[in-house]
Amino acid sequence: MNPVNYLYLAALLFTIGASGVLVRRNAIVLFMCVELMLNASNLALVTFSRLHGNLDGQIIAFFTMVVAAAEVVVGLAIIVSIFRTRHSASVDDSNLMKL
Amino acid sequence: MTSTGEAVQFWVLAVIAVGGALGMLLMKKAVHSALCLAATMLALAVCYLAQGAVFLGVVQIVVYTGAIMMLFLFVVMLVGVTSADSLKEQLKGQRVAAVVCGLGFGVLLIAGIANAKLDHFTGLTEANAEGNVQGLARLIFTKYVWAFEVTGALLITAAVGAMVLTHRERVRAAATQRELAAQRVRDNIQVPPMPAPGVYARHNAVDIPGLLPDGTIAEDSVMGTLRERGQIRDVSRQMLERMAELEESTADRLGRPSSARPPVTGPRRELETVPTKPAPATDVKEETE
Repeated sequence: MNPVNYLYLAALLFTIGASGVLVRRNAIVLFMCVELMLNASNLALVTFSRLHGNLDGQIIAFFTMVVAAAEVVVGLAIIVSIFRTRHSASVDDSNLMKL
Repeated sequence: MTSTGEAVQFWVLAVIAVGGALGMLLMKKAVHSALCLAATMLALAVCYLAQGAVFLGVVQIVVYTGAIMMLFLFVVMLVGVTSADSLKEQLKGQRVAAVVCGLGFGVLLIAGIANAKLDHFTGLTEANAEGNVQGLARLIFTKYVWAFEVTGALLITAAVGAMVLTHRERVRAAATQRELAAQRVRDNIQVPPMPAPGVYARHNAVDIPGLLPDGTIAEDSVMGTLRERGQIRDVSRQMLERMAELEESTADRLGRPSSARPPVTGPRRELETVPTKPAPATDVKEETE
């Protein structure tokens, strides 16, 4: 098997995540889709690291994981505080700043 | 080129990963989406392990499936119980456009990879010669040490930010039990305690409402969350049917004509038993939770 197949898998997962961000309305599920996209890019980075035979790709994937953890913490806190004030986790309902 | 074993493993894992991702996209409930995503992440972790990224594989399991997905589940439990994903389209044709965009994007991405010249394959045997963790540590603490330190600042900021965002200052002191009791008497809507769920000596599950003397169900005996989700199991009809059956069989055995009473078919009156409370009363309750 060609290791490039891992890249195809990553591209497929990234696409599914991106479509999910466009299609779904629940803020929590949107976040999960973003996580899926980050995971797909991590898989691509690990595969590139293997193709090129150095560990830099794995380091970048590691940093992606750290940033994803920070992003999830803040994002979920925002969702919880929006839910407290507006009693809804749907992204359609957060339209206070719309003209 | 890789071994046959890895090929088999890849195809199994790829199916699991893509299936999990599609499940996450298509499941209606956020909890199911989270579990599907956890399956995908576990499959990816095994992919990392198979590709020689041992450290990342373990971190993927510990940090992603262990910490981040559990955080997601916590928030789903906090938020998602009453929030259903609305199927109403706010913009006309947005969903179709989104699917078309997604497909187009996928085709572009995959065509890009297919056209790239990727026949160069080194493998990680040399880079991992002294161990994957050692190799990563060498890079992190030499070439990427600045990024690593900035990461520390980022994590601190995220933790502080989450605490600031979710912290809520109490505007007034929480009502004590005595004040709540006094409030209940003042409101005079439901002075005694709420009725308990379950039908005496037959069911004691929390989702089965108690029965009122006339056979109708007491909806306020079921907790508000279940009521809101519509998960009330009404067994009153069943009970009455069974009672009628019992009477019938007794009459048969004793050789009496079955009672002249008309057969009971169900609750005799449909009524809203939940008292509609004024807004301030519920506010006080929420604060104590």
